[in-house]
Amino acid sequence: MTQSPRKKNDGKCELSLQVNGERKMVRVYPMERLLDVLRHEFNLTGTKEGCGEGECGSCSVLIDGALVNSCLVPVLQAKDAAIVTIEGLAAQGSSRRIQQAFLECGGAQCGICTPGMILAAVHLLDKQAQPTLADIQEGLSGNLCRCTGYMQIFEAVAEAVRRGTS
Amino acid sequence: MANDHIIGTSVPRKEGREKVTGQAQYVDDMVLPDMLHGATVRSHVPRGKIKKISFGPEVAWDEYVIVSAKDIPGANCIALIVDDQPCLASEFVNHPEEPILLLAHPDRHVLPKAVAAVSIEYENLPAVFAIDESERRSEIIWGADNTFKTYLVEKGDVDKVWNDAAFIVEGEYSTGAQEQLYIENNGMIAAFDPAQGITVWGSLQCPYYVHKALMKLCNLPEDRVRVVQMETGGAFGGKEEYPSMIAGHAALLAMKSGRPVKIIYDRMEDMVATTKRHPSRTRHRTALDKDGKILGGEIDFTIDGGAYATLSSVVLSRGTIHAGGAYYWPSIRIRAKAVATNAPPHGAFRGFGAPQSLFAMERHMDRIAQTIGISPIEIRRRNFLKTGQTTTTDQTVREPIDLDKLLDRALRLSDYSAKRKRFTAQNKVQNEVATKKKGMGIATFLHGAGFTGSGERYLNSLVAVEGCADGSVRVQVSSTEFGQGTKTVLSQIVAETLGLKYEDVEVAPADTQAVPNSGPTVASRTVMVVGKIVQSAALGIKQTLEAAGLLGDSYSSEQFRAACRNYVAAHGTFRSLARYEAPAGVFWDDAKYRGEAYAAFAWAVYIAEVSVDLTTYGVSVDDFVALQEVGRVLHPILAEGQITGGVAQAIGLALYEKVIWQNGRMQNGQMTNYLMPTSADLPPIRVFFEELGNLHGAFGAKGIGELPMDGPAPAIVNAVVDALGIPFNSIPLLAEDVFEALTAQELAQGEPQFTGGIR
Repeated sequence: MTQSPRKKNDGKCELSLQVNGERKMVRVYPMERLLDVLRHEFNLTGTKEGCGEGECGSCSVLIDGALVNSCLVPVLQAKDAAIVTIEGLAAQGSSRRIQQAFLECGGAQCGICTPGMILAAVHLLDKQAQPTLADIQEGLSGNLCRCTGYMQIFEAVAEAVRRGTS
Repeated sequence: MANDHIIGTSVPRKEGREKVTGQAQYVDDMVLPDMLHGATVRSHVPRGKIKKISFGPEVAWDEYVIVSAKDIPGANCIALIVDDQPCLASEFVNHPEEPILLLAHPDRHVLPKAVAAVSIEYENLPAVFAIDESERRSEIIWGADNTFKTYLVEKGDVDKVWNDAAFIVEGEYSTGAQEQLYIENNGMIAAFDPAQGITVWGSLQCPYYVHKALMKLCNLPEDRVRVVQMETGGAFGGKEEYPSMIAGHAALLAMKSGRPVKIIYDRMEDMVATTKRHPSRTRHRTALDKDGKILGGEIDFTIDGGAYATLSSVVLSRGTIHAGGAYYWPSIRIRAKAVATNAPPHGAFRGFGAPQSLFAMERHMDRIAQTIGISPIEIRRRNFLKTGQTTTTDQTVREPIDLDKLLDRALRLSDYSAKRKRFTAQNKVQNEVATKKKGMGIATFLHGAGFTGSGERYLNSLVAVEGCADGSVRVQVSSTEFGQGTKTVLSQIVAETLGLKYEDVEVAPADTQAVPNSGPTVASRTVMVVGKIVQSAALGIKQTLEAAGLLGDSYSSEQFRAACRNYVAAHGTFRSLARYEAPAGVFWDDAKYRGEAYAAFAWAVYIAEVSVDLTTYGVSVDDFVALQEVGRVLHPILAEGQITGGVAQAIGLALYEKVIWQNGRMQNGQMTNYLMPTSADLPPIRVFFEELGNLHGAFGAKGIGELPMDGPAPAIVNAVVDALGIPFNSIPLLAEDVFEALTAQELAQGEPQFTGGIR
């Protein structure tokens, strides 16, 4: 193993990420989970850990427009990519519509799955502007919610679609 | 009045904006300066004597803070009811995953290796894993007889009914453990200051349970223990008692290290080590006359409590009182028992014993119907409790409930009769080529709101409403928000009571230093019981302002705010306190288990439509009607959300969620292999309310949170039985169970053996 003259060999590397539209440099272990980097290095704690194995979707973020579980992504894999977290949605009008619909339709109860669920909804509506109920069920099926039984989440997404087209 | 339409409208959730923008602060989102991370070393055996603990040479142990039972300043127990559960095992362990040592380190990455580097030698002791094993008492693992608690309910003379009975129907039913599976794992942060004492911030339901446990464990007085609830990502009972354990662990590490300590469980630790729903076994023996009217019966209800007493006595109590369901029993004897096994203690989970005994009751009703040869509808109609009749504990039903009418409506909403007729015909005709069979199932049931019997009197809950310097009003309660909408509905109640805007009312953070003890947030009691006390405290604010001449008979919300501001400016802190008042004429006998068990019952009829896939043997629920009477609905969207969420959890209980046990340890402690319903698995859950009102609850509300957990499992299993004609009496009912039963049926009928899915 060769040691870089510029830094001590702690196994970390420096890489750049584009997070919520801002380019950021960070020194991290290359295999560190993107989830941990977002939460600990950038203090973006809206991204939640539920299971740590890609089952629950609470840690969902968008990487170059794709919906991913950030607990399964080594940060190195997100090098130079554009990452969007729940904190980055506020700027977009269409996303605000989805957040507002979740708030009004009962789509958020305890709130822990909500950031991931909203990102999944944003992702779904990016791909399908007029989803059917079956599309919504399928599009959100990677995001678990234990509180709502999903019905009001479906309603929130449908309501956001209605508001977007009216 | 400024606005008299706040109750009954779906105002936005108080903390909703923070939740949909990711700003809400959960415990893992909080970081304190100089904070350590804590981890727990746990037992690997179900029962044994600790012989030796060794620390592997591969770890630099001097970097770690290590806590054992010896470091506990107070009593080594988690104070709750019996105080038999140690905070850290010192000599004996009684279940797998029992905490033995605690470690803390500044770098959380190194902790898993350190935990693995501690090896513990045991002298293994014989262990007990099942209800019947525990009952045989060949090994005594708890107390004198492995029994945490028994109850006996007796009404009338049941011994006389058997001779006159036209039918005697017996059945045995069982339910499995179920993991609460809140999406936010358990977590706690503790900080210690010799002068201030201990402060913990965490994910929890009951701040004062944690407070009580920490006082005893840390040997600190009341005012030197502070418990603050962070935003809590789901609980469902799973954060009722176990948070006291984690808070204790974090506190011990913080006291020893002098630094703040954070303990966050990962998913597997949370699943294998913390509480689950009590597994149960219920035996029914029922005497009926020739028309199917119940003459009397015996019910034996037994739950598996795990290794320590924790809340088992209370879970057993609720299960016992609900065991007779929504029916009139002229005579009954209910024998109930909670027994010990060497598994982690089972605990609170939405419904709290009632889903277990009601599963048995509602499956048994269908069995009775089949034995007698009448329909599942008719057997229920002939036995429904009516106003003026008494429950199994001799409580007179005073509410004007009409279960016949409720059933009629649910049957219409589900199109029950036409569908059942069609399915029955299709199931017969298409037997050779059919890919699925369909069925309809009913459950009719009740759920008592609030603490049982004298429970609310013992709790003696206290709440405060504060008039603030800016003229707004603040509710101070220890009742917590964890998704149900506590903050929202209590604000509605106060706004409506005082004629204010919803925005004029806030709920203070649940911090034991700042809020009085309004009791635990459990048992569907918050809106009905605490809401009523909050209403009374709010009235105190108004009366004070009126007495001070600051408020007239009619006023705008601006005038109220001005009056409140002026009062605070003149007199300083302005708080109105109110305490629980027991409804008049309520009688409960703790020894005989007789009397008014609950101040109010919610009532429901649930109907499930299911398909059984004859190729995969999977059961899917195609439609679900949930009709209930829950008193007045104070917030339609929150109320509906409680029902859909509860039904979804109960569909999980019925069809998906199976805990695989081996030597007392859960083997499938991951979301990968313990499956809860996803958005693609659920039917339309159609929610309907009847609103009769309730004298005892705030604005006529009753409890709502637990009710929807009770009915879905029996309705679904009854529907599967309707589809297949095979009497399934255990949940969860998985595809492999259906496969086994169908294959056995085919073999018994001499039909071709399993054809590998080609039908």
